[in-house]
Amino acid sequence: MSENKQNSAPKSYLEETGGRKGIFKWILSTDHKRIGLLYLYSIMAWFFIGVTLGVLMKLELIAPGKTIMGAQSYNATFTVHGVIMIFLVVIPGLPAVFGNFMLPIQIGAKDVAFPKLNLLSWYIYIAGSILVVSSLFAGGGPPDTGWTFYAPYSFKTGTNMLPAVLGAFVLGFSSILTGLNFIVTTHRLRAPGMSWMKLPVFPWAIYGTAWIQLLATPIVGITLLMVLGERIFNIGFFDPAKGGDPILFQHLFWIYSHPAVYIMILPAMGAISEIIPTFSKKTIFGYRFIVFSTLAIAFVGYFVWGHHMFTSGMSGTALFTFSILTFIVAIPSAIKVFNWVATMHQGSISTDVPFLWAASFIFVFLVGGLTGLVLGALATNVHLHDTAFVVGHFHFIVFGGTGFAFFGALHYWFPKIYGKMYDRSWAKTGWAIFFVGYIALYMPMFFLGVMGMPRRYFDYLPEYHGPNIISSLGALVMVTGFVIMVINLFRAVKTGEKAPQNPWGGTNLEWQISSPPTLENFDEIPTIDKATYKYD
Amino acid sequence: MAEEKHHITSYKTYLLVLSLLIVFTLLSVAITQIELSRWAAAAALLVAGIKSTFVLMIFMHLKYDQRMFRVMVGLIVALVVVVIIITMLDFLFR
Repeated sequence: MSENKQNSAPKSYLEETGGRKGIFKWILSTDHKRIGLLYLYSIMAWFFIGVTLGVLMKLELIAPGKTIMGAQSYNATFTVHGVIMIFLVVIPGLPAVFGNFMLPIQIGAKDVAFPKLNLLSWYIYIAGSILVVSSLFAGGGPPDTGWTFYAPYSFKTGTNMLPAVLGAFVLGFSSILTGLNFIVTTHRLRAPGMSWMKLPVFPWAIYGTAWIQLLATPIVGITLLMVLGERIFNIGFFDPAKGGDPILFQHLFWIYSHPAVYIMILPAMGAISEIIPTFSKKTIFGYRFIVFSTLAIAFVGYFVWGHHMFTSGMSGTALFTFSILTFIVAIPSAIKVFNWVATMHQGSISTDVPFLWAASFIFVFLVGGLTGLVLGALATNVHLHDTAFVVGHFHFIVFGGTGFAFFGALHYWFPKIYGKMYDRSWAKTGWAIFFVGYIALYMPMFFLGVMGMPRRYFDYLPEYHGPNIISSLGALVMVTGFVIMVINLFRAVKTGEKAPQNPWGGTNLEWQISSPPTLENFDEIPTIDKATYKYD
Repeated sequence: MAEEKHHITSYKTYLLVLSLLIVFTLLSVAITQIELSRWAAAAALLVAGIKSTFVLMIFMHLKYDQRMFRVMVGLIVALVVVVIIITMLDFLFR
């Protein structure tokens, strides 16, 4: 009887192979969940490489003078670390992995609006990745411009810029197509009754992000093409010797790359907004404020790019305008933080693994955000620009914000994705070691920056030695925590206990379907008749 | 939903718009003969903007589509305009 029951039970998406075998059941599948996992595995592979390069940099900086690499190797290492981490890991990160997996489920759909386009986006991502990485091995050595490809150096350097720039250009198409897919999915495929104000916060965040992906990415695409034009045809867009303007490159680059920070952080905020109510057993505080602050960040985020260029020689009018706008964008970000804290207030909090990642996210995001205001003020920026302070701030926002939210989301949705449960005590150990290592790695950078240590140098003065030792050792501790986390999750996939349908007591649609979900997520499309995050 | 109507535009309209696009293309070439200094780019963008509007409205059927789509495109154009204005705050006052 029970055997019959098992046979008639619908297969999960992991068992449903479409008659394909081996790798083909992955790379030919148009199921949004498998595509989400394809992104997860590809992104994690690049992340391992990026982390390795980061650790090598920290080992070089453990003592003044040359330790394990010279100036040129260090320049190439931070460039490739930046390019991999930004373009291959954090920009696609949460939208491509969890957006793909969770968006259709959370809005009550069977898949995204254009499943084949979705798979094509992954192929384009892989093609772009290969192009970027080929720059390490071909021609005149790895690029050494930093991930920002600043002109005029990017078209004058003899290193291998063409594949790196072309790769970033190709990756942009993947981002645009994914964004387009998510916008159409959110507009057209919401379940009956799921009005905009019943949409969970994560889909809202993915939706806001998708607009940035769609509208901002073409600008960096055309900018990178202009750099290629400079290198190949000597056109002179950015070359002062030919009447060009190098600051124009910085404008064009940051018109995309600052909103790109919100491509990284908005889905992270969305994931945190899912985790906190679930583990506080409380309706999210100020749902409408969170939603509108998401849209406000996505919108105002377009107009603050100039704060990356305060010392570039812009006009005083522009400096003043960008500084004011930067302070304005802090408001919706602060609204979110207050709402998360208010959600926890008088909640029935369980400090399970995803909550620990979410709570530590709030802390590191707060540090990153407040140090951002220090950099957004014109006077302090002049002192701190291009120092280790900027590296600290950037990593607190991008790695702290996006990374902590990514790992939090991974632990939160892991039981749903794989239908398996991980060992919670090892997961907590991994988190604790990671968090301590993280703080030790990046916090000293603020002090070093205030003391005046410039970024992007393989060497430094002896007075900067102490904080650099703490930072380098912190990197090793953090990597230890990361390795524990990965091994624990990997072991859970192989031998973990079966996860129940709703292990955390969540209220959204993903917790009302089986773990792992079936191929089409729902037996029949649900009708939504109550607001989201309702805890009795 | 099944009763959505698709507007059919006449060949006459298409040919008229095509002619206008050609005229505006010639105009954007002719305009380079006038010395407009730093306003040359603005003039070129203005002509290109008019041409794009024709393409969007007639060839891409925005004129006959739901109002929602026109609002979306309008907001995106406004965004681009604001970005250009802010960039000009640097260029014009440097």
